[in-house]
Amino acid sequence: MGEKTPFDEMYNPDGSVREPYRALSEWLAEQPDKALALMQTDAEAIFRRLGITFAVYGSDEGTEKVIPFDVIPRIIAANEWRRLSKGIEQRVKALNAFLYDIYHRQEILKAGRVPEKLILNNEAFCPQMMGLEPAKGVYAHIIGVDIVRVGPDEFYVLEDNLRTPSGVSYMLEDREAMMLLAPDLFHRSKVAPVETYPENLRRTLESVAPDSVRGTPNIAVLTPGIYNSAYFEHSFLADQMGAQLCEGPDLFVDGGKVYMRTTTGPEQVDVIYRRIDDDYLDPLTFRPDSMLGVPGLFDAYRAGNVTLVNAPGTGIADDKAVYTYVPDIIEFYLGEKALLQNVPTYNCTDDDQRAWVLENIHDLVVKEVHGSGGYGMMVGPTATKAMHAEFRKKIEARPDNYIVQPTLNLSTCPTHISGDVAPRHVDLRPYVLVGDEVRITPGGLTRVALKKGSLVVNSSQGGGTKDTWVLED
Amino acid sequence: MLGRTAANLFWLSRYVERAENMARLLEVGYRMSLTSRREGGASEHLVSMMQAAEVDEGFDAKHDVADVDTVAHYMMFDPDNPNSVYSCLMAARTNARSVRTAITTDMWESMNGAWLEFSQIKPRDVRGAKLLGLLQWVKQRSHEFRGALLGTILRDDGFSFLQTGNFVERADNTARILDMKYYVLLPRATQVGGDLDIQQWTLILRAASAHRAYRHVYHDRYKAHNIADFLILRPEMPRSLVYCANFVQQNLDSLAKLYGRKEKCQEAADSLLALVEGASMEAIFTDGLHEFLNEFIARNNRVTDALSESYNFY
Repeated sequence: MGEKTPFDEMYNPDGSVREPYRALSEWLAEQPDKALALMQTDAEAIFRRLGITFAVYGSDEGTEKVIPFDVIPRIIAANEWRRLSKGIEQRVKALNAFLYDIYHRQEILKAGRVPEKLILNNEAFCPQMMGLEPAKGVYAHIIGVDIVRVGPDEFYVLEDNLRTPSGVSYMLEDREAMMLLAPDLFHRSKVAPVETYPENLRRTLESVAPDSVRGTPNIAVLTPGIYNSAYFEHSFLADQMGAQLCEGPDLFVDGGKVYMRTTTGPEQVDVIYRRIDDDYLDPLTFRPDSMLGVPGLFDAYRAGNVTLVNAPGTGIADDKAVYTYVPDIIEFYLGEKALLQNVPTYNCTDDDQRAWVLENIHDLVVKEVHGSGGYGMMVGPTATKAMHAEFRKKIEARPDNYIVQPTLNLSTCPTHISGDVAPRHVDLRPYVLVGDEVRITPGGLTRVALKKGSLVVNSSQGGGTKDTWVLED
Repeated sequence: MLGRTAANLFWLSRYVERAENMARLLEVGYRMSLTSRREGGASEHLVSMMQAAEVDEGFDAKHDVADVDTVAHYMMFDPDNPNSVYSCLMAARTNARSVRTAITTDMWESMNGAWLEFSQIKPRDVRGAKLLGLLQWVKQRSHEFRGALLGTILRDDGFSFLQTGNFVERADNTARILDMKYYVLLPRATQVGGDLDIQQWTLILRAASAHRAYRHVYHDRYKAHNIADFLILRPEMPRSLVYCANFVQQNLDSLAKLYGRKEKCQEAADSLLALVEGASMEAIFTDGLHEFLNEFIARNNRVTDALSESYNFY
């Protein structure tokens, strides 16, 4: 797949404009010189003023960066979206069924469809969750599915993010900014709204409150605090939902129930949308040195007096090594074929596959099983010979620590690059909510690799974002 | 509302007010120093201004000479000075960031915008006329924030905490300005002040943004008795002790109504107000102006302590 021209989402190979992009193409042609550059400057100012920033770890305190925002939206046709969302819904249902099974009878392991060793020896497996009954049987309520496109009808799932996926505030604020910057462009298209997300998030959280709750459940968003890189998003979502934004010390457990410390005394909390990793949730159950969590929280959860969203231990279903089994998982629980494809993944513990991988490493992508954010990753075609050699050694030393995939030729979208418009590679993360029903917001976060030819879209590696439009019929 | 949120709101408001007051004090000190230069550029006015701002000790530990540039830098930009405009704006913004869900977007944008603009400024570019311009800017941003607050926020408990913070800080500031120069306000045999007195009185009035309003109220020359009366007992003067104490008391009262019960902080606010309401300048002078001001500052501090006890600040 390496040498082929990537799929361009705006232009057909003959240079004509693809249907979903027609209005955008006309609008772009009408923009006077420098208009895009001016919009770009305005966008930066808007994001800074709103305080939509992320902290960069390792740099000075107070250096809050704005993720670059590209002023040209990415467009998905209605029929393309229908296909995608069906596939996503199938996937999240199967993964939740898988989690229920893993933490109960483990039928799928007994049936030998997923190797037992892969689950039970996995760091992401959470033995404390065994036998626990989460409300409505849902473990992963908030999911971001990373999807790439390589052709008109070819979509692949890169990763299922089932722990605490971030970035949804960018989906919402990118739309907000786009409407401020180019209202006339919206007049020409029928764009599905994304503004429903906070309301749907609230409905989802309410629907998984403990059964004992009468009336409107009391919802809290649990954040590690203002120095966390995603603090803006935590406060944004709490604000949009009308939920209380709490840090660990704001909560305490008494008699198996969770309370927040308010100006008028303790107030019971029913649902916690936590943006703290499993390990830090409760120093009495997980890492004892955690200052971020709430002592006794897990016991309150076990007792069914509070719902944690997402449940601890969901990482076992989005582990990179388990990923290869997702098509089997879908078949096992739903009796259906997977609607969305997985990226073919090579297993380096298999001698034949490893030999082939080591031979062809310059064409392949190598990822650390537990890595994220583009760290610990190598893209063969753009890496140096020295890096190829380094990763060959790493794989030979710890074959189980890496997964290897072909280099996908990600689709490109027109992107504003210093006054001009040029194609750049993109991916897509739609956001899915699972509670009493599955709710998928039409759109998502499009990440774009701003460097020419680059396939790495992570913001930590120089990626930007785009507003993502799903057109309505 | 979380006790922490209430505390953050209270301090957010206090720090915004404090940044404004620091700018006003520095402006006064700067103006006065222009007309009375001392040896080596040091200025007595700058020193007493720093005393009023309670930053003199920190300054002395770092610098030998209190000249305009050094003092201006220390009061505006020095992160080692916990009361510099820089420190106040940073503390205000950090508090605002912690309670973003409890303040409105307009308030946040105003606060965040002020901080971003301020942090872009290079201290060495700010001298002379530029300094006065920047001090003006600080006051304007404070006004803007207060405007956003009054125009957009719900009138609930959060509002009461914000307003209380604002006026507790202002009361403290006015009391300190008065105490810094209390001796020039004491009654003397002659009603007419010399040039030096007039200069000192102007300083006090300007530091409380009261030099024009004074004329409207008294239609008279600057007189020590009137100035003390204006800044302590005049209910129509928005920075006077009685006005601030009244404001704090009313805000805590509405909080007690909202929560359905009185706490220690309402008692503390009542006691603060009792000190100034119905008092006369004659009695205050008889008992001692300095002692009176110290008592006021102590009771005002007690309001903050009682507030954090009553509503679980942490």
